[in-house]
Amino acid sequence: MSFLSIQHLEKSFGANRVVKDFNLPIEKGEFVSLLGPSGCGKTTVLRMVAGFETPSSGSILIDGQDVTGLKPNARNIGMVFQAYALFPNLTVAQNVAFGLKVKGVAKAEAEARVTEMLRLIGLPDLGGRYPYQLSGGQQQRVALARALAVRPRVLLLDEPLSALDAKIRVSLRSEIREIQRELGITTVFVTHDQEEALSMSDRVVVMNGGIAEQVGAPFEVYNRPRTRFVATFVGTLNLFEGEATGQGVKITGATIPLDDAPKSGRVSFALRPEALHLGKGEVTLPATVESVEFLGSILRLRVRVAGILAALDTFNRADAPPPAVGSAVDVNFAARDLVLLND
Amino acid sequence: MNRVWSWLALAVGLVYFFLPLLGTLEFSLRKRKGEYSLDAYAAVFADPAFQATLGYSVLMALLTIVFGVLLIVPTAYWVRLKLPRLRPWVEFVTLLPLVIPAIVIVFGYIRLYNTSSFLPLTGSAMGTNMLLMFGYATLALPYMYRAVDTGLRTIDIGTLTEAAQSLGAGWVTILARVILPNVLVAVLSGAFLTFAIVIGEFTLAALLNRPAFGPYMQLLGANKAYEPAALAVIAFAITWACMGLIQLVTRFSKHTRASA
Amino acid sequence: MWNWLGVVPFVAFALLFLILPTMQIVLGAFRSPDGGLTLANLQGLMTPNILGSYVISIKISLASSIIGCLVGFCIAAAITLGGLPRWIRGPLLTFSGVASNFAGVPLAFAFLATLGRLGLVTIVLRDWFGVNLYATGFNILSFWGLTLVYLFFQIPLMILIITPALDGLKREWKEAALILGATGPQYWRMIAFPILFPALLGTFALLFANAFGAVATAIALTGSSLSIVPILLFAQIRGDVLGDPGLGYALAFGMIVVTGVANAVYVWLRARSERWMK
Repeated sequence: MSFLSIQHLEKSFGANRVVKDFNLPIEKGEFVSLLGPSGCGKTTVLRMVAGFETPSSGSILIDGQDVTGLKPNARNIGMVFQAYALFPNLTVAQNVAFGLKVKGVAKAEAEARVTEMLRLIGLPDLGGRYPYQLSGGQQQRVALARALAVRPRVLLLDEPLSALDAKIRVSLRSEIREIQRELGITTVFVTHDQEEALSMSDRVVVMNGGIAEQVGAPFEVYNRPRTRFVATFVGTLNLFEGEATGQGVKITGATIPLDDAPKSGRVSFALRPEALHLGKGEVTLPATVESVEFLGSILRLRVRVAGILAALDTFNRADAPPPAVGSAVDVNFAARDLVLLND
Repeated sequence: MNRVWSWLALAVGLVYFFLPLLGTLEFSLRKRKGEYSLDAYAAVFADPAFQATLGYSVLMALLTIVFGVLLIVPTAYWVRLKLPRLRPWVEFVTLLPLVIPAIVIVFGYIRLYNTSSFLPLTGSAMGTNMLLMFGYATLALPYMYRAVDTGLRTIDIGTLTEAAQSLGAGWVTILARVILPNVLVAVLSGAFLTFAIVIGEFTLAALLNRPAFGPYMQLLGANKAYEPAALAVIAFAITWACMGLIQLVTRFSKHTRASA
Repeated sequence: MWNWLGVVPFVAFALLFLILPTMQIVLGAFRSPDGGLTLANLQGLMTPNILGSYVISIKISLASSIIGCLVGFCIAAAITLGGLPRWIRGPLLTFSGVASNFAGVPLAFAFLATLGRLGLVTIVLRDWFGVNLYATGFNILSFWGLTLVYLFFQIPLMILIITPALDGLKREWKEAALILGATGPQYWRMIAFPILFPALLGTFALLFANAFGAVATAIALTGSSLSIVPILLFAQIRGDVLGDPGLGYALAFGMIVVTGVANAVYVWLRARSERWMK
């Protein structure tokens, strides 16, 4: 039995169905991301778990208890919001202590917990400050401490990093993940940023149009996307169209041997930029270099191959300067790296 | 539950606000015995004193607006551009008329500018008219300054000024051709509000003995039965028109900005 | 240095038509007819009559601003947080703009025409419901009557000022409070109310001064039968030739002191409650 269980969850606003038959079992201590474009229903799912929206149907269970009809303040859930939702009239310490105060926790115990939480987020000395005196990153860490101080059963993170500068966003990512691991708290994280989802999560749920298109470990979702949407939304991708022949797929310039290819019809398949290589190999295709982007450790080329403009990533090597723009090159890939897409 | 209370609060408010308006309208139509008529309005409009005092107050309002714009736009602009440290003080001064009752201020005028003072403004009709206009400008100061200052906040006056200067514009040109058009909506809002305040103002005009619309209304109220109600309806219509015009210019400006 | 020249017109205007006239009153209150320093003028206020009019003025101002704040707050909360249809908001705010400026003489006429002895409501109550309003002790020319009239501009003023403040309450604050286990009332007491407090306080001070200095409505409504301070001062200025000029100064000075104290309290409370602001 999973710790947090979302079963057949549905939500409609008027005639608009924003969440459709959403199912997700989450284990205790697991970090699960809901990833998708804006309007895909991920935030609505989170808000239903929190109790801010009432599901049209379906149920939500925490630790075996059905909380679907419970008010938010009876669910014992922690939540961090996108816009820093710290109470501006309270100090950092008062913010963190808020949940304890309304629960009637004894003062001494509450103070000890606040100290512990501030230490946990690495801001032990800022308890007396007001929110406006903190940077965005600090505010969001305090928001995390405030959510965790009440020892919630589940932690919900609603795009907590989107409002922050790029640098802080990256460092806070690992910090949040570390704290989550340390406390072993079951966490649901909503984001539209695939890098965040992939780097932080135990499992990723890719959502589109109110539906969970794919659920799986980051490695699996990235490397084995099951639908065209997942493939295009998660990471950069080269999309090839071809004709199935039974033994393989025919594309402009070559036939790729493929064991599980359909008998006939048009198929599309995907290749990650890092699965394309320069030079000859298992499947080799002629290509023309259209642009070269030097990103430091990585070179990103755009090559015209098999009728499309494909991205090709290769590691920088001091002894191998990038090919000139306009030059003809060979590119190759291994057939096992191909991902066949069903739409 | 929440919504029920909201509707209730709104309903109570509506009843409280519409009953007096309805009552006034109904009363103003009662002049002819036994049937509703517009006789009270006819009597008011035919009264030469009505036309004269309303005309006087309209003129005063327009003069106040012109003076207010000439005084406040350059000041607010200059303070924002060159003397930002002075801003809290200027703001404080502009808010004083909300704290010091108008009757106290006009009492000060009467004492300070009497016939034997250094500036005997109350000695002549012209001088008193000017004093009244300055008084109105004082009453309008909080609204006018706030409107203009808010308008200035939304534009980058530093860059606009430098751009105009680099094209060879002088201060007058900058103010009249660059700054004023950019805060026109704010200025107009302040102007209509000023108009609404001045047109029915009583205390200053009465104590300075000027033939303005406010004292005329009060006098009529003491002597007539139905005409005051008609006057109240007219005054309400004027106020409504001023507020409607504020809405209109604000909305219009949003349109032009959106299409720009 | 030359920059200061730019504010000379404004400073001159403020001095001539705001600061100096007020100073004239303040100094006059302490000056004897022969120009010496005296407290006699202020002592002149210490008659039961004048003190009584200060008390009733303050009471009317307090009552109309407290009720104005409460009712205005409820209506503003209804249109911002109460889940009413969006379209109500715009017309209501416009109407508030109109009503808050519909003060003075015509407002008095409107209430006389409605609640006076021949007013619409009085007649409807009498003819349809058999209630004789004036037999119940109600009188428009009374403390509660004047308060009721003042509310006509106090409530809308409150709505106009507090609506933006209520809009400033972020939805996330309420949600964060709820998910941390707080109840609705706890959220209001610990978060929303403290955040709104400075705005509420400022509006209250403004409404108080607004009611305290209102002359025209009172005069048009009551003639001079109700003895509130502005009416007293008005009569004093009008009858200057006969009256005691020193007493006029003292009366006006007293008004400045009352609104001044109200605003000082406001500034002090605000400074205490605003430590969390930039």
